[in-house]
Amino acid sequence: MFYRETGQFKTSYAADQQFFPIRQDRIGIALLLLVAFVGVPLFATDYWFSAILIPFLIFSLAALGLNILTGYAGQLSLGSAAFMAVGAFGAYNFILRVPGMPVIPAFLLGGLCAAAVGILFGLPSLRIKGFYLAVATLAAQFFVVWALTKFGWFSNYSSSGVITAQDISVFGYGVDSPMEKYLLTLVIVAVMAVLAKNLVRSNTGRSWMAVRDMDVAAEVIGIPLMKTKLLAFAVSSFYCGVAGAMAAYCYLGTVEPDYFTLDLSFKILFMIIIGGVGSILGAFLGSGFIVLLPIFLNITVHPLFSLLGLDVSTAVASNLELMVFGGLIIFFLAVEPHGLARLWQIAKEKLRIWPFPH
Amino acid sequence: MAREIGEVILDLRNISLRFGGVKALTDISFDVRDHEIRAIIGPNGAGKSSMLNVINGVYRPQEGEIIFHGEHRRDMDTHEASAAGIARTFQNIALFKGMSVLDNLMTGRNLKIKTNFLQQALWWGPAQREEIEHRKKVEEVIDFLEIEHIRKTPVGRLPYGLQKRVELGRALAAEPKMLLLDEPMAGMNVEEKQDMCRFVLDVNDQFGTTIVLIEHDMGVVMDISDRVVVLDYGKKIGDGTPDEVKNNPEVISAYLGTQH
Amino acid sequence: MPFSMNFFFEVLIGGLLSGVMYSLVALGFVLIYKASGVFNFAQGAMVYFAALTFAGIVDAGAPLWLAFILAFLAMVVLGVLTERIVLRPLVNQPQITLFMATIGLAFFIEGVAQISWGASTRRIDLGIQDEPIAWLMDNYNLNVSTFDLVAALIAGMLVGLLALFFQKTKVGRALRAVADDHQAAMSIGIPLQHIWAIIWTVAGFVALVAGMLWGARNGAQFALTYVALKALPVLILGGFTSIPGAIVGGLIIGSTEKLAEVFFGPYVGGGIENWFPYVLALLFLLVRPEGLFGEKHIDRV
Repeated sequence: MFYRETGQFKTSYAADQQFFPIRQDRIGIALLLLVAFVGVPLFATDYWFSAILIPFLIFSLAALGLNILTGYAGQLSLGSAAFMAVGAFGAYNFILRVPGMPVIPAFLLGGLCAAAVGILFGLPSLRIKGFYLAVATLAAQFFVVWALTKFGWFSNYSSSGVITAQDISVFGYGVDSPMEKYLLTLVIVAVMAVLAKNLVRSNTGRSWMAVRDMDVAAEVIGIPLMKTKLLAFAVSSFYCGVAGAMAAYCYLGTVEPDYFTLDLSFKILFMIIIGGVGSILGAFLGSGFIVLLPIFLNITVHPLFSLLGLDVSTAVASNLELMVFGGLIIFFLAVEPHGLARLWQIAKEKLRIWPFPH
Repeated sequence: MAREIGEVILDLRNISLRFGGVKALTDISFDVRDHEIRAIIGPNGAGKSSMLNVINGVYRPQEGEIIFHGEHRRDMDTHEASAAGIARTFQNIALFKGMSVLDNLMTGRNLKIKTNFLQQALWWGPAQREEIEHRKKVEEVIDFLEIEHIRKTPVGRLPYGLQKRVELGRALAAEPKMLLLDEPMAGMNVEEKQDMCRFVLDVNDQFGTTIVLIEHDMGVVMDISDRVVVLDYGKKIGDGTPDEVKNNPEVISAYLGTQH
Repeated sequence: MPFSMNFFFEVLIGGLLSGVMYSLVALGFVLIYKASGVFNFAQGAMVYFAALTFAGIVDAGAPLWLAFILAFLAMVVLGVLTERIVLRPLVNQPQITLFMATIGLAFFIEGVAQISWGASTRRIDLGIQDEPIAWLMDNYNLNVSTFDLVAALIAGMLVGLLALFFQKTKVGRALRAVADDHQAAMSIGIPLQHIWAIIWTVAGFVALVAGMLWGARNGAQFALTYVALKALPVLILGGFTSIPGAIVGGLIIGSTEKLAEVFFGPYVGGGIENWFPYVLALLFLLVRPEGLFGEKHIDRV
């Protein structure tokens, strides 16, 4: 009833091309941002910031990066965590070795390092597709983690490659408390999400999708395959890299190369499958889902099992988590391949005509 | 007719194409004149699609020469071909299924886009201006093909006939000088065929686009084309106006079969 | 370390024999890929599940033969359920979707395996000694393990058995027909779903053999799933549809990674066998994307 676009006419192409063509959506997003920037900092506890909100935002950004590559450009990658690692260690070294290096540029430079590595491992995509490419990205996954562990220079010769994030400040304000770190993360993620949305609604994004849907036809209408694919790898790895840098500086504080395992890459892949392949919103929904699911399982499984008189060890709980993840992936791929984002869209379409069925 | 057929703009000489040991095309020569409608006909497997693929560089022939606008080449390159104004449609529709009709048509204009990806990421400013400018052009094509009502529909959901029309639209959005159509009317009913014929003739007439088309429906071919080239088993067996081709004994035997 | 021919051969033979293990896992991939076009990422998890089940039953006091049969039955159930729950709902989806689904399947199987049998490493004792073959040691001063040799022989027999199964039995013929063209096979009345269930069972059998041998060498542990991932570069080398390719690819990967680790590894801090096969496969892809034995594919437009 409230979600109707009746009476909203577009009189220019600019109006037709805006982010949220429907007025109610614009109001909704404004409210959401208001809550995120003002409401949450007023009420959330440190636990909420450090254990839920910050990882949610950071993984959203990583998932966004993977979604650009896999969802929009159609190139499957199992190496997202490796690109995050490059971003984390890149930012660390820039801050360590360049005197007076400001933190946000360091994050971006870390992202650029990841982009360079991404282009390198994206080169095979010019010859191969599908799961062949997945194997190529596995090479990135294993090689990068190995290199960061073996070559002490990357971690300033600390034992087993552990890095400890330096204290950071933005424009002179120290970013120390969980809330400050949350706000920094939120700003960066919000800006990068807007840039990503712009990219995918312009020629770059259309070229990516064209290559994804039918590369031969894309080539025939003049889309350069090499440039388009490598750009997707670069932008995607850049996003993952910045996410990795923020994971080190705003989330974990202390991190070693082994944190960025194949399992983390899978987790990010699961985020986009569940959230929605080829959707910016999907990256956020998927990240939220995967961050909250273990917490949810923790809360529900224990009481459930103790009701049955069973004691659940943490090992069993974490294995249940594996099974639920695996099962959900299969379920979503079979039932709703476009994930939560598509379900959201369907709900909105239903709402538009509610309470009448047609 | 007010139409004026111009000079030869595309000249194919002694083209031979092989896949491993299989000969797809053998020593084929023919030319295309500016502004004409040139049909390629022949039985299934005669090499018609391969011929189009040679013209826009999807396949590279082992022998022969392609002269396009006076420039001699061994073979074409897909990118050069599209940049030189050659657009095409495919036998089995090659649209981008996950994208809307509008986005599919917009991809047709990709070569004319000047802003880089950083400007596009910022959107406001040059990228948006450019986007609107191209949107106007695309809307003209949408008007021309009468597909206004489906502009925001994902093409995967459209019926076959409309998909064919959208694919023509994507080719037209590039404002091509030469249009290669691979069986644009295959699988259509009479009404849809008439529509498609009208579009092809209008494109040729209004925009002066040269058209090379493959078609099985002889009625259509004889009606709309200026000259016809006939292929059989990868060889050229006839070339000329529809009337000449119709009375060519070799063509008749290829189509009707004769006793050897 | 001074280079000695003898040591080189020792490393090479050790590598070839461990390569046989990779071949075994790769074989499971090839079977499923040929029959259903699914690139089964869960093959590694299946090896782990099989090994853990076998070890768990033996630990419970069952004799080896009984454990083998029971573990095989478990793999049959797994195969049939996979066909029913994963493959059937996803039929006609793009390959990449199926591939991602098998990643989910891998997680699921790993979870089931560890809930059923616990996550700790279980030892498997097949009664084969892991000692150098005395004859080779005495005459040529080569250190080659009896166990590795027996494992290689078993793998060889398995391959022979599969070849017979494919060539001589009615099911085998149906399988080859399905591999060639799903629709054509269906149109002449071959029940596609049964065939899939059978092929997943056969792949489960292969996984069980691989899991037992591997488990006997290194214990039935989670790391098996990572080792099994090395079957992917093996397939890139050998081609996804070729059984001989899987064998040759496995031998190449096994031997080169050991040689690289031993002779090149020390200069860069070691541990390069973790990534060497993938990088090798990557470089190989650039030269010959269809693999050594794969079929070249021509895109038609």
